Amino acid sequence: MKILVCISHVPDTTSKINFTDDNSKFNSAGVQYVINPFDEFVLTRAMWFKEKQGATVTVINVGNATSEPTLRKALAIGADDAIRINAEPTDGFAVAKELAEVVKNGNYDLVMAGRESIDYNGEMVPGMIASLLNFNFINACIGIEIDGDAVTVSREIDGGKEVISANLPIVIAGQKGIVEEKDLRIPNMRGIMMARKKPLTIVEPINTEAKTTIISFEKQAAKSACKLVDPNNVGELVDLLHNEAKVI
Amino acid sequence: MSVLVYAEASEGKFKKPAFEATSYGKKVAEQMQTNLVVLAINANDTTELYTYGAEKVISVSNDALKNFNAKIFANIIKKATEKENAEVVIIEANTNGLYTAPMVAVQLNAGYASNVVALPSATAPFTVKRKTFSNKAFNNTQILTETKVLTLAKNSVGVHEIPVSGTTEEFSPELVACNLKSESIEKTSGKITIADADIVVSGGRGLKGPENWGMIEELAEVLGAATACSKPVSDLGWRPHSEHVGQTGKPVAANLYLAVGISGAIQHLAGVNSSKVKVVINTDPEAPFFKAADYGIVGDAFEVVPKLIEKLKEFKANNA
Repeated sequence: MKILVCISHVPDTTSKINFTDDNSKFNSAGVQYVINPFDEFVLTRAMWFKEKQGATVTVINVGNATSEPTLRKALAIGADDAIRINAEPTDGFAVAKELAEVVKNGNYDLVMAGRESIDYNGEMVPGMIASLLNFNFINACIGIEIDGDAVTVSREIDGGKEVISANLPIVIAGQKGIVEEKDLRIPNMRGIMMARKKPLTIVEPINTEAKTTIISFEKQAAKSACKLVDPNNVGELVDLLHNEAKVI
Repeated sequence: MSVLVYAEASEGKFKKPAFEATSYGKKVAEQMQTNLVVLAINANDTTELYTYGAEKVISVSNDALKNFNAKIFANIIKKATEKENAEVVIIEANTNGLYTAPMVAVQLNAGYASNVVALPSATAPFTVKRKTFSNKAFNNTQILTETKVLTLAKNSVGVHEIPVSGTTEEFSPELVACNLKSESIEKTSGKITIADADIVVSGGRGLKGPENWGMIEELAEVLGAATACSKPVSDLGWRPHSEHVGQTGKPVAANLYLAVGISGAIQHLAGVNSSKVKVVINTDPEAPFFKAADYGIVGDAFEVVPKLIEKLKEFKANNA
């Protein structure tokens, strides 16, 4: 089984979000980049398929050379090899087309990605890859088992879960639940040493046109200070929520 | 030309996001000087949509569509878009809508913007404001294709009553094949889900143990709220994972989010700060949540929460 895990290279959750060039670009100065947290869950699950079922795991990113340390980290966690598609990730559709091309040429059986990235939060690339290739697709995937060609997946629905049976090839967009947070893999020293020697292939893009473009960014408006209510007078909170905030 | 909204009927019934998408669609149609068409699948009563601006509803009734299937539903939305010559397609932002929308975009070869929070600031070029960077910022996105697909950010544009005299037509598209098979659906019944709730009451490690959740549940019951918890609480197994809210848990965009004994780690706030009003109860005045909250009480949850329950009961009795 050949697994392709899509890795987004995103600012760490604790990063300060600022913009430059007249609010047209994200300011990456001083920002620490990490593997997208949603992608860590699916990467860890992919490692399980490698260790228990002999799958090979390739990680992939669409981006410039600055995303290579993030791919090396995924290799240190245990992926066999990495691919970087040498293009600026513009919109979700263009990224999906680039990825779909690699999936097609590489004959991957299972494509795994996080449900969304924590920077652009689009929640669109995995579903687009599946549609472009006419593969089946499971969003918000919280469990996957594979037996030969047969796949059993579960997905989160409002207030519960649905179990679905399918066959390979398939694209899944995963989240917490596909593995638990405590089971997430962290690179160890041996992994980091080995990752240096693992192949990282650079693929030139097919250069598709973006269908959307971001023209500007805005920060959240500054919040007014928290109104403190005396713990001995909680009735005031009820009053504020009713008369001022109008939420009860 | 027209604007098409897909309003999901869950077990035959529309929920709030369906009306939110419909009234949003009506306003977009007015902006573009065109008509709104709403697509419904296996809905019991499509006339409910007329209150929110649906002049025309196209209604699909087919027992084969009893279970949601993203591929088949995406194809129906595509066929409805082509039949109605729709330029803008708006899909409700619930679990199934977010699953379907990227597939619709590919089938229509259309630009897709998710997380939209407001009416288009311009229609040519079509420009919408979207949430980005896990609710820490917004971006203004132009969609460059002739057909545009949008999903709304949850609870962001509001439900507006725009009564019209509507009509409903039957629509019977041919269904595409899909070999995904739904084996089982498990749902907790009788409880308000975090996704549906207007109010969410959430507990953190400050509650000291699972045995103390009774008051959180009672507070939620008085408020008609869903219960939730922070990540450490679900990791410790005090509460089920399905209650974990935050960046890697469930997102919350409620009208009121009430956090008890939660310090407000940045990962937690990223998942809940789309809520309109946030209240925090915590013993530590330095807890980061106080910087993000609208109202706060510095105090011991074990003293404050029972008093709050009592006051809310009084309030309810007086306002019944």
